[in-house]
Amino acid sequence: MKSLVCLKQVPDTESQIKVNPGGTGVVTDGIKYVINPYDEFSVEEALRLKEKFKAGEVVILSIGPDRVTEAIRTALAMGADKGIHVNDANLNDGDPFVIAQALAAAAGQGEYDVIFCGHRAIDDDFGEAGAMLAEFLKLPQVTLVTKVEVSEDKKTATVERDIEGGKEIVEVSLPCVLTSQKGLNEPRYASLPGIMKAKKKPIDQKTAADLGISAEAKLQAKNFSMPPERVAGKKFEGLEPAEVAKVVVTALRAEAKVI
Amino acid sequence: MSNVMIYGEIKAGKIKKTAFEMASEGRKLADTLGGELSVVLIGQQAEQFAGDVAKYGADKVYIVEAAGLENYNSEYYAQALAHVIGEKKPDIVLIGHSMQGKDLAPRTAAKLGVAAIADCVSFALEDGKLAGKRPMYAGKCYADWVAVASPQIATARPNVLEVVENPKAGTVEKIAFSLDTGRATYTTKDLSLDTSGKVDLTEAEIIVSGGRGMGGSDYSLLEEMVAIFGSRATVGASRAAVDAGWRPHSDQVGQTGKTVTPNLYVACGISGSIQHLAGMGSSKVIVAINKDTEAPIFTKADYGIVGDLFKVVPEFNKELKTLLSE
Repeated sequence: MKSLVCLKQVPDTESQIKVNPGGTGVVTDGIKYVINPYDEFSVEEALRLKEKFKAGEVVILSIGPDRVTEAIRTALAMGADKGIHVNDANLNDGDPFVIAQALAAAAGQGEYDVIFCGHRAIDDDFGEAGAMLAEFLKLPQVTLVTKVEVSEDKKTATVERDIEGGKEIVEVSLPCVLTSQKGLNEPRYASLPGIMKAKKKPIDQKTAADLGISAEAKLQAKNFSMPPERVAGKKFEGLEPAEVAKVVVTALRAEAKVI
Repeated sequence: MSNVMIYGEIKAGKIKKTAFEMASEGRKLADTLGGELSVVLIGQQAEQFAGDVAKYGADKVYIVEAAGLENYNSEYYAQALAHVIGEKKPDIVLIGHSMQGKDLAPRTAAKLGVAAIADCVSFALEDGKLAGKRPMYAGKCYADWVAVASPQIATARPNVLEVVENPKAGTVEKIAFSLDTGRATYTTKDLSLDTSGKVDLTEAEIIVSGGRGMGGSDYSLLEEMVAIFGSRATVGASRAAVDAGWRPHSDQVGQTGKTVTPNLYVACGISGSIQHLAGMGSSKVIVAINKDTEAPIFTKADYGIVGDLFKVVPEFNKELKTLLSE
């Protein structure tokens, strides 16, 4: 059971995000980086599949600068077997098209039963890499996955996915691309022995040239700005519940006009 | 002439509000560009909705009703949409950023050799090119994104764009199309939709949310408030409540949950962490009820009530019932 987990290193959710003076991007100094939470579900699910089939490999694929090695090592410490680190200045900050192209090229150099992506990365929130990568590889995709069951013959998977107001159960042939949604599983913590073993696991380094791709962006960003500061309105303290309820409900209609 | 095309999503036999939102926005863009607005409807019996979208400005309605399109799946719908885009060559394509849209737009874009500007909250035209303003880091910052390739595809966040009636001809054209069934895709085995008419968090106009202060899985007080508000309201939860197992993952509002855009967000027993605020910060009006006067949520709430939610919410519900029955 060979799985590929596409993993992205992103700023921690506690990070205060500030726009740089030129408005061309965000300030990255002092940011603490973590594995994209949705990718942790992917790593865990891939590890479970390997454990279920008692054989196979979990490969971690990530694109980004040197610091990304740490994220790959963490996934290796959880139990993954090897890493592929695509590190190229032309690709690292790529738009969804460039990233998906690079992921597809790297994935195409191996043979995988399942390719996992997080349903979105919590930095750029694009959520396109998984679907685009699937299309480039001409593989079926199932997005927003909350449960995965692979058949014994590894030919199909029964997958539960999140849709507005309900759940959908689908059957998909392998190989396929799945994008992970919260609720898929509870990711394990890396154990101390796992961390020690991870230091010896191989991480292949690749550039755009190794992947045979050119980095032609299809999208461009500009005018980075901070959202309008939301300030407090009225605060009611020390009032009886009945009293304050009346005041606020009245205001919601008369003043705020939302009901 | 620059033309605009929008995708009208049909779900469970109904056309979604996002179709009207996209059409209204598409109409504005088409007018500025001096072009036409077309709407694409895919699936079985899609034609019945042509009149609905014509009301919101569609000059043309393209219908694709090929065999195999009865139920949504990414590959087949992306094939159909890419086909129509390839045939009609619009400059701009708008798709709603619903769960279907999130699945459909990137695959369609990839088929056409481009990427989509995802989850836009507003659009502008600069030298005739589309610029989509979109939030990142769960709304901690924004940027304008442009497509440097053609067609320019973007998805728009549901519940944000204004719906404006502007009836146009809506001339129907059926597009001949047969699926390449040689391309692998998934088959739907079961579709369980909550038929109680419950609205999804990402589409709700009013959200009543509970956090750690709820103290347990009994959300009946909040469910009562939602029932009083009616079908446009639903219950949400903070990460603390979801991680404690009190509420399902699908109810989570926040940076690692859902980003919501309601007119009214009532936060009960929620302290207001950065991550939670990232998910609900663009609510039009925020009401917060919390015992702790120092709770960060009070720095962002339009109406902050310091008090015991178990005493305040019942009174709130009483007042609401009276007001809304008038």
